[in-house]
Amino acid sequence: MASYMFKRILTGVFSLFVLVSAAFFLTRLMPGSPFEVGNSLPSVQAEIEREYGLDRPLLEQYLHYLSNLLRGDLGISYKKPGVAVTDVIWRAFPVTCKIGSLAVLCSLVVGSVLGIWQAVTKRAAVYNGIFFVTILGSAVLNFVWGSLFVWLFGVKLKVLPVVGTSDWKSFLLPVLTMAIYPTCVVARLMRNGFGREMRKDYVVLARAKGLGTMWIVGVHILKNACLPVLQYMGPAAAFLLTGSFVVESIFNIPGLGREFVNSIANRDYTLILGLTVFMGAVVIGLNLLTDLLCAWLSPTTRVGMTGAGE
Amino acid sequence: MRRKMFLTGCVLLAVLMTLAVLVPAFSPYSYSEQNAGLRNLNPSLSHWFGTDRFGRDLFTRVWCGARLSLCIGLGSAAICGTLGMAFGAVAGYFGGLADCLVMRAADVADAIPSLLYVVLLTLALGANVQTMILGICISGWSGTARMVRGEVMRLRTSEFVQAARLTGASSWRVIWYHLLPNAMGALIVSLTFFVPKAIFTETFLSFAGVGIAAPAASLGALVWEGRRQLRLYPGQMLYPAFVLCLLVVALHLIGAGLEEGDIESIESREFERTI
Repeated sequence: MASYMFKRILTGVFSLFVLVSAAFFLTRLMPGSPFEVGNSLPSVQAEIEREYGLDRPLLEQYLHYLSNLLRGDLGISYKKPGVAVTDVIWRAFPVTCKIGSLAVLCSLVVGSVLGIWQAVTKRAAVYNGIFFVTILGSAVLNFVWGSLFVWLFGVKLKVLPVVGTSDWKSFLLPVLTMAIYPTCVVARLMRNGFGREMRKDYVVLARAKGLGTMWIVGVHILKNACLPVLQYMGPAAAFLLTGSFVVESIFNIPGLGREFVNSIANRDYTLILGLTVFMGAVVIGLNLLTDLLCAWLSPTTRVGMTGAGE
Repeated sequence: MRRKMFLTGCVLLAVLMTLAVLVPAFSPYSYSEQNAGLRNLNPSLSHWFGTDRFGRDLFTRVWCGARLSLCIGLGSAAICGTLGMAFGAVAGYFGGLADCLVMRAADVADAIPSLLYVVLLTLALGANVQTMILGICISGWSGTARMVRGEVMRLRTSEFVQAARLTGASSWRVIWYHLLPNAMGALIVSLTFFVPKAIFTETFLSFAGVGIAAPAASLGALVWEGRRQLRLYPGQMLYPAFVLCLLVVALHLIGAGLEEGDIESIESREFERTI
């Protein structure tokens, strides 16, 4: 376990380093200067670039950025003078985090219920119905759902607020929009996991002992079938982060996703770079956490990491 | 059930692909031609899906978009499939240092959320189909590589491989003629699920404002454009969204129909009935 943990953490740190380097050089590769505005004098532009240290050699800028990053400094926004990128992140992150974690919770509960129901049902109508719903849910893009919800609940029925984060009601639609896709994935994983487990001998034994269906499903099978779902939580975090781009823009929520989309529209390179690094770090961290958790719960998953050795 | 799903998916995909090829070729309208007199028309006989806010024929635009989305999806799936197959086979067959390098690279590729650097890549290299395929492929090969590696490692020591080796077949011949055909089934399943993922990535890019440059538009960009008019002309969003859904559902049906896991769960349901 210790060597697995060490390797896994090392890979995580290295991935983060690769991301930071790639992101840094890609932002420097982008055509045009961030300070090009119509009719400014070339000398003024050069002066601003000097101010931000853009005239120095690329490698020096890179090392400077890395050393600042290690001290938790992501630089100053190019387009909003005097606003540090870290300030933007600390203002926006709690909002995104709240919606994301609510969506994860929702998708875990609803997805598990649907998946288990589909696996244990003996009625073809229920099986096919849930199958159809999960395919539909994972095939329709979340901004289509979001737009339809806004149109239906906000414009036609006028029952729910569709912008901002003022009270609990305004969280309903964004969380729902965000949770649909992961719910379908969790349902599919649960169904497959249960399908696999239900054929095993211990289930037959439990049934022969006379245990009730609820007890077998809820205690014996669930424990073994939920590992793939747990493994999915890492990718789900990545999905929710990218989903936040869409949902936050549709519902006008001041979170990380909307900041990212806006910073792209403004060509605000330090902010794009800072947000990329931060979101990458969050996803890599969550992936690491779920992997370590899975390895701790089930030793066989550790084997995949050892490469040639097995 | 599985067979039916697979067939439905194939027919649906074939129809969509035919339309995506034929409609832009034979349509009397071009996807970019604007016409100020015909703005925001409702569907009619001459404009089957109506027109958008610049008076462009939506039917033509939707199928042009479908062609672009399919190009990106299928193109990146083909490239990732090839790369993954090559890396996975080498890693699984030779083991040792090759295996270690490939698997560590795959770990790194998996860990970084791809959308983040695809956005940066399109900003740096320009928003076109090639850049998007490149961006999707940088990390997309890892899943396929893992899977092929697993299959190759499982079969590496089996008897038919030993027999081939004894008759003097080279490593490459063993990999190409004996091992890869066995990994093909699983490979195709994973690639059918890869295509919708690639299409979704492209859609998110159009959403974030770095998608394919106007006036060309992928399905995702069309949905996003139509969203502005949702309250007045819902059709402008719903038609492209509907085609996009059909496309993804078709691919999902093919994938699910091929998937091994489904047999298991159906068998287990039979089993559940018998006990």
